[in-house]
Amino acid sequence: MKLNNRVFWAGNETIAEAALRAGCNFYAGYPITPSSEIAALLSLRLPQTGGVFLQMEDEIAAMGAVVGGSLGGSKALTATSGPGFSLKQENLGYAIMTETPCVLVNVQRGGPSTGAPTAPAQADVMQARWGTHGDHSIIALTPGYPEELYRETVRAFHLSEMFRTPVILLIDEIIAHTTESFTIPSDDDLGPVHPRSWYLERFAENSFRPFHDFYQGHHIHITGLSHNEKGFGTTTPEVIQRGIEHLVNKIELRQSEIERNESYMLDDADIAIITFGSPGRASKEAVDIARAEGIKAGLMRIITFWPFPTETIRTLVDKVRAVIVPEMNMGMLRGEVERAAMRRDVKLHGVNCVGGVPIEPQQVLDKIREVHRGL
Amino acid sequence: MAFDYSLWLRPELMPHIWCPGCGIGIVLKSAIRAMELLGWDQDTTAFVSGIGCTSRAPGYVNMNTLHTTHGRALTFATGLKMAAPDKKVVVMAGDGDTAAIGGNHFIHSCRRNIDITLVIVNNEIYGMTGGQFSPTTPTGARAATAPYGVVDPGFDLCELAMAAGATYVARGHVANGIFLERLIKNGMAHKGFAVIEVMSNCHTQYGRRNQHPDPAELVEHIASNAVMATQWEKLSPEERVGKYKIGLLHKADRPEYCEEYHKLKDHAQQRVRDAARKIAEAEAMKPKREGQGGEPSEN
Repeated sequence: MKLNNRVFWAGNETIAEAALRAGCNFYAGYPITPSSEIAALLSLRLPQTGGVFLQMEDEIAAMGAVVGGSLGGSKALTATSGPGFSLKQENLGYAIMTETPCVLVNVQRGGPSTGAPTAPAQADVMQARWGTHGDHSIIALTPGYPEELYRETVRAFHLSEMFRTPVILLIDEIIAHTTESFTIPSDDDLGPVHPRSWYLERFAENSFRPFHDFYQGHHIHITGLSHNEKGFGTTTPEVIQRGIEHLVNKIELRQSEIERNESYMLDDADIAIITFGSPGRASKEAVDIARAEGIKAGLMRIITFWPFPTETIRTLVDKVRAVIVPEMNMGMLRGEVERAAMRRDVKLHGVNCVGGVPIEPQQVLDKIREVHRGL
Repeated sequence: MAFDYSLWLRPELMPHIWCPGCGIGIVLKSAIRAMELLGWDQDTTAFVSGIGCTSRAPGYVNMNTLHTTHGRALTFATGLKMAAPDKKVVVMAGDGDTAAIGGNHFIHSCRRNIDITLVIVNNEIYGMTGGQFSPTTPTGARAATAPYGVVDPGFDLCELAMAAGATYVARGHVANGIFLERLIKNGMAHKGFAVIEVMSNCHTQYGRRNQHPDPAELVEHIASNAVMATQWEKLSPEERVGKYKIGLLHKADRPEYCEEYHKLKDHAQQRVRDAARKIAEAEAMKPKREGQGGEPSEN
């Protein structure tokens, strides 16, 4: 529902509309819940806006078509969920290797395998980072609520074009199906939407191979083989090394341009909650209640999960006495926080919910109280 | 005058990786001549492949070339064609690429009848990985993973393509490049999904395990089993054993996918315009108010 710029949209609806706003003119997908509404809505909207909507024979084909569409000059999107994300890893790796911009939405549901369709989970964050074989880096965004999801969807397209890499929009079923009202950001607020050519003129250095698309008179070759700067397969160790270093460094060394977090009441905090996605709201409420009880708690909510905000977390952990990590998995973020902290004496606590239900404020609050008593 | 391939190839990338005597070069040259005869422009043509010996072909061709993942070439080609339907897309793939790992994409591309030309080089073996049996290796033949002979029955790729809905299906072999050129050219000129299967030789991986280690002899053997489609009906079932049909096997007229999608887009856009017009008309029909708060109150 839309009245002027005020909308009442679910997360999946928000992604579809924000993608169109970002200039998306190509979608290829395969049916899977809980991401279904994205495809359904785009099957209606893309033909209206002159774009391409494809429902392919499987998830693998959908990812292949997205890469093909992007090389044909389109801003391409696909959306899936757990089992589909597993199948997409092959051609996701191809998109990384060939530096083809595209956006992949994974609405996380419980796993492994068929898991708990279609209950929420956040257990694909490591698969987003390492799911496809070989060394690489990746950008994965984990917005927490519809309005932010709108902004981050637009940003996902921007980052994919800028860094010439697939960007993963990693949400969970709660965000996908939370319907709420918000105001669509204005053009001034959101910034201009640029065509592919704008990026090609400015960020050519982010592409190891010649950065052109097809049909621009350059007769380029694109291959998933390790390749040289001209795009042709190579077996020269120095060139292979240079290529892989490029794939990693173009993202890792420019993390500051990609990182985005929300900080809440952290300035004087003794206890820091570090979380991402939908547990962010439950955590915020728990922080508010804890503060009312006189406990100095604060919240860091990660919006850019990959590349990981290592420095930001290291600085934060140095200032606090304990850290609590609520997440809908068995400790994937907690492990990364531990790695970032590099401190043996920091007290790290998890709130881990893998039963397919949201983390509630009470669970986080109970942990805050428990940790506070032990300080 | 001999055909000049130099404009169509990337000589700086030679020598190619194929074994001496390999049939893939004959197929590639036939495809190049077909494109030249049709007057196709290298700038507006894409040449796509998956993984395997055959799939190395695009790397040597001077146009927009895309070397993708194993079995998936048709999915990338479909995306590329839909994003730019006015451009030509040719896919070259081997038998393993097409019929095993890419089998699903193969049948669905046939079903959609998207305007892409698929040239399959069927050498009945996985050559690059060391000679494992493929879905087209004849039953009983030996392979690296079938030391006692293959148990699996093979696929007839042309029958599969026809059943799945391809609208141009032809078969040739590497002993007759001129014939092949014509089959490929007609497939490329055809509006819709065109499949040209080429029976080819892999003496390195198939032949040496199956009493045909010599490339020229294996090519002759392949040619000796070919029967023109027009002659096929005259053969008895016994005579057909070990033989295969060549020539144009199927041609049909069916709506092409890109064109159908284009119609759908026009329809969707017309509906948006109609809805906008109705809203505007409804607005115009509304009685104009004199001003806010000007109406008499009943309360």
